[in-house]
Amino acid sequence: MSIQTTDVEHVARLARLKLSDEEREMFTGQLNAILQYAEKLNELDTENVEPTTHVLPLSNVMREDQVHESLTQEQVFRNAPDEEDGQFKVPAILE
Amino acid sequence: MSTSKYETVIGLEVHVELHTKSKIFCGCSTEFGAPPNSHTCPVCLGHPGVLPVLNRQAVDYAMKAAMALNCEIGDVCKFDRKNYFYPDSPKAYQISQYDQPIGQNGYIDIEVDGYTKRIGITRLHLEEDAGKLTHVDGGYASLVDFNRVGTPLVEIVSEPEISSPEEAKAYLEKLRAIMQYCDVSDVKMEEGSMRCDANVSLRPHGQKEFGTRAELKNMNSFRGVQRGLEYEQYRQAEILDEGGEVIQETRRWDDAQGKTFSMRGKEEAHDYRYFPDPDLVRLYIDEDWKARIRSTIPELPDARKARYTKEYGLPDYDAGVITSSKPLADLFEDSLKHTSDAKSVSNWMMGELLGYLNSNGLELAEVKLTGQGLGEMINLIDKGTISSKIAKTVFKEMLQSGKLPQQIVEEQGLVQISDEGAIMAIVQEVVAANPASVQDYQAGKEKAIGFLVGQVMKQSKGKANPGLVNKLLVEVLKK
Repeated sequence: MSIQTTDVEHVARLARLKLSDEEREMFTGQLNAILQYAEKLNELDTENVEPTTHVLPLSNVMREDQVHESLTQEQVFRNAPDEEDGQFKVPAILE
Repeated sequence: MSTSKYETVIGLEVHVELHTKSKIFCGCSTEFGAPPNSHTCPVCLGHPGVLPVLNRQAVDYAMKAAMALNCEIGDVCKFDRKNYFYPDSPKAYQISQYDQPIGQNGYIDIEVDGYTKRIGITRLHLEEDAGKLTHVDGGYASLVDFNRVGTPLVEIVSEPEISSPEEAKAYLEKLRAIMQYCDVSDVKMEEGSMRCDANVSLRPHGQKEFGTRAELKNMNSFRGVQRGLEYEQYRQAEILDEGGEVIQETRRWDDAQGKTFSMRGKEEAHDYRYFPDPDLVRLYIDEDWKARIRSTIPELPDARKARYTKEYGLPDYDAGVITSSKPLADLFEDSLKHTSDAKSVSNWMMGELLGYLNSNGLELAEVKLTGQGLGEMINLIDKGTISSKIAKTVFKEMLQSGKLPQQIVEEQGLVQISDEGAIMAIVQEVVAANPASVQDYQAGKEKAIGFLVGQVMKQSKGKANPGLVNKLLVEVLKK
């Protein structure tokens, strides 16, 4: 498997990143290097290993349906670049 | 254009908010109507380094809903991240379920115009709700309230087996009733606790392949869904008739204009890059757990309807209407704790009650009528204490004040006069005052008695027993 510059463009668009031509070339190379490194895993014998999505020996971790205290509005907006009327203010989103 | 040339194919995606007390992955309250962002914490705001922990009640509710829709429950479930950028999602992904949902392969039966049809349910999965965006006037900014982020939702996806807007409405109504009976959600479309998107396409009759579909959004009422689908059916038929091609796109229903509009900017194919959420471990659902949830499923609408027709002899249609909403069906059953006259209870509900609710645009919860009131009122009619006519006055009063019928009857002096002497006195007065009508009757115009009965009823302020009035009038006139 290898990454083409078109793949990099697609991923960049999904991540809302604007890349220069040089960056596109650079990331194509870097991403291919990462994939090649991960290819090493294919050298392992996984014949008797069940496929899994999680590595932790844990399952069914749940909490009871109890309400806990939320943050105060002051705390909520401590990291917000902008707010108005108790709400986060973001650039206009038009449908 | 002619829709009859084409077969309509509709699949619905319905989101239902589960009414847990706290959110799906954190302990913030799910209460509706709180000041903006007052029910948020680092977990639902998507701060770095936090860990979601699954709400057990949300899983129980989702399983219950899935079982009530005849789904197979997965033995192993997992949660996945659905990645997208939009300011209503603080993490830039939504935690959902991709390939191992809670339920799969279910169905419900719907009834339209007297035929029953089974609609397949592809899947039911658990996910978190997004926040609420408000667009500021002038369009210089948008405001975000994250209170709703993390409210547990089930998404219920139907097979593309719905063939008309009427069937779509019937499917939604049945789905709402089932969720109501299971008590897992408030299921109010107007408040957003039940939301519906639709995939619609047309194909010439007999064609196997599906036509190109449009995805419809923003239909916020049962009526809106039906109208939106009707419009879309018409729009696509017109394009096909002119030899054109339907474009695969997302369209927004505008209820005020009665049209759908293309949502530009959403045209780029979605690429959500689902992957397993590493923060949420797998969920194993064993037989004990399934059995425990299965035992909490109450009698569902179809079963209740069958029981009402069988046990109480209600007409199929009436039983269907009463069981289509849990509050209505509960009122029916509460009434039967106070009277054995099920037929009358049903008649009063189908006629006076639904008539009043519909003409005033009210929900049952907004009127004060109780099952005890309705049941006792019917007993008063059956005993002859009040006439059916007076009962209508009593009924209106019960809707508004919630008082019991006996009290209303006493306070307003509505008891029916069944004393022959008292009625006879009025009859004789009326006969004496209306010689013309008396002559007409005696000359063979039997209809003239109607006027005389009316006069007696009027003088008694509607309280005279109509049967007795008739009987006594005839006696006097025949002399």
